[in-house]
Amino acid sequence: MSTAAYLHERFIASARQSAQAVAVVEPGKGSITYGELDSLSDRLRDRLTLLGVCRGDRVGIFLRKSVDAVAALLGTLKAGAAYVPVDPGAPAARGAYILHNCAVKVVIVEAALADKLGAELAGLGAMPAMIVVAEERAGGSGLRTALDAADEQAMAPTTLSIHNQPQDLAYILYTSGSTGQPKGVMLSHENAVTFVDWCSETFAPTAADRFSSHAPFHFDLSILDIHVCLKHGATLVLVGEEIGKDAPRLAQLIADERISIWYSAPSILALLAQFGNLARHDYSALRQVLFAGEVFPVKHLRALCELLPKPRYCNLYGPTETNVCTWYEVPLPIPAERSTPYPIGKVCSHLRACVLNEEGATVARGSEGELAISGPGVMQGYWALPEQTARGFFNADDGTAWYRTGDIVSEAEDACYTYLGRRDRMVKRRGYRVELGEIEAGLYRHAKIKEAAVLAFADEQAGVSITAFLSSHEEKRPSLIEIKRFCAENLPLYMIPDRFVWFDSLPKTSTDKIDYQRLKETC
Amino acid sequence: MTDTLTQAIKDFIMEEFLPGEDPDELTTTTPLISGGILDSIATLKLVMFMEEKYSVNFEPHEVDKEHLDNLESIVKLVLSKNPTGA
Repeated sequence: MSTAAYLHERFIASARQSAQAVAVVEPGKGSITYGELDSLSDRLRDRLTLLGVCRGDRVGIFLRKSVDAVAALLGTLKAGAAYVPVDPGAPAARGAYILHNCAVKVVIVEAALADKLGAELAGLGAMPAMIVVAEERAGGSGLRTALDAADEQAMAPTTLSIHNQPQDLAYILYTSGSTGQPKGVMLSHENAVTFVDWCSETFAPTAADRFSSHAPFHFDLSILDIHVCLKHGATLVLVGEEIGKDAPRLAQLIADERISIWYSAPSILALLAQFGNLARHDYSALRQVLFAGEVFPVKHLRALCELLPKPRYCNLYGPTETNVCTWYEVPLPIPAERSTPYPIGKVCSHLRACVLNEEGATVARGSEGELAISGPGVMQGYWALPEQTARGFFNADDGTAWYRTGDIVSEAEDACYTYLGRRDRMVKRRGYRVELGEIEAGLYRHAKIKEAAVLAFADEQAGVSITAFLSSHEEKRPSLIEIKRFCAENLPLYMIPDRFVWFDSLPKTSTDKIDYQRLKETC
Repeated sequence: MTDTLTQAIKDFIMEEFLPGEDPDELTTTTPLISGGILDSIATLKLVMFMEEKYSVNFEPHEVDKEHLDNLESIVKLVLSKNPTGA
């Protein structure tokens, strides 16, 4: 097990130790060994270098989850660059914005998406080189074929060694931004490897483990799946987007693939408990169930633990800016009378936490305040947003930079933190961070919409439900079907409101701003 | 037969997922999943409704956009499992 300072070097160490072991499985399609994945990502490194990618550059990955996508991110890291995974299911304009925003030098894109993305990028005046990968190829053959074709044009020479520094960026993950555009969270190799090492210490994975890869690669949960798995020479089982939310198929896949470490948002586990028919399958291999990204309603967690009592259940908490920063192992069985969610737990051993009041002073244990985190797992900042980066941190007198999470918590006597809410308009939905302002900005793009205000409400089934309050320029308002379709074409699925409420004009405060409080009271 | 079945499924979708919408707006080809009307939970609710009402079982791979993206394909799938549609 490698303790190298860079994510890709840890993978390389696993590949050298167990070249024949299966690294990644695409269920029902194919797989790739560590040795083959190492060779394929070496070839991509060489191609990227020939295309001018250097240490410190960015490479966009616009691929559905596949062996090709895993090879793409490893090849990018080997080339000394940072990978920028973009949701291939989101509107192409959003993807193009992200890739243009961080000025990627190359985009590795699936053939079916290439034209649309290329047109959107051209519209922004961006012309990164593209490596186009044929879809519906398994086991890395899509990328291999693309590299073969490129080699026929001009052979890529083997790249000489690249010398990264631990502070070099490893990846940039874009999250919902309050201004209406996503913002890029920059994480370095040091940020990532300290998190990965904490996972090693806490979950003790081995080469015999089979990790689920349920989260999309543009979601921070994927960092644990991919990089902890590959560090330990274990097997990564890719769960395709098409079955990711399909509870019956997912339940079958976890059993058939003998997943031993499962990690996803609670909403997926709640779906599994309700609709997965779990009693039909054999889950004897499953030893750890990890969840993060949102509050897990106890009712659904209890149902799951009763159906599957053997694994260890751990609640992991943390924003993309720090990855996991606190954790809590749920004691089983869950008492029937418990209805309040479990705490987010104690701070991880590689980080420090404190609770601040609005003036930035530490509050007494038991008092409410904003959770702040410091340590080597904390991000480098937001891409090209120095002011937002500065606002995100609080600098203590001793010079320590504390990242302010925006989450309101309190700390109990046993040093466990309990999540109480947010200090801003960000909510978590299906594990994703959603800035309500980004949904509003999306709705305002509809030609007939005059005003848009979006509020989130607690929902027993979905955790959070989102309501959009709208008014129109025109007497004939868009139909519900039209507005839902517009949202589906312009926003990621997890941002589409559950309800749309029309007003002739939205209620206003005395200063003529939209009165959110009165809107809240109408529901 | 098909008309009755289509109407019953349409009524369920209107009531559960499009409350207040003009029924004429929902046609047999309106995209349901790709059009943002059915999310994953809504799709499962629709499947449970149809399984119960028409005594059919959907295979896990059938619960997707390819099979359930509009009323026409949903009705076709139900009829392939229960030709009487009752």
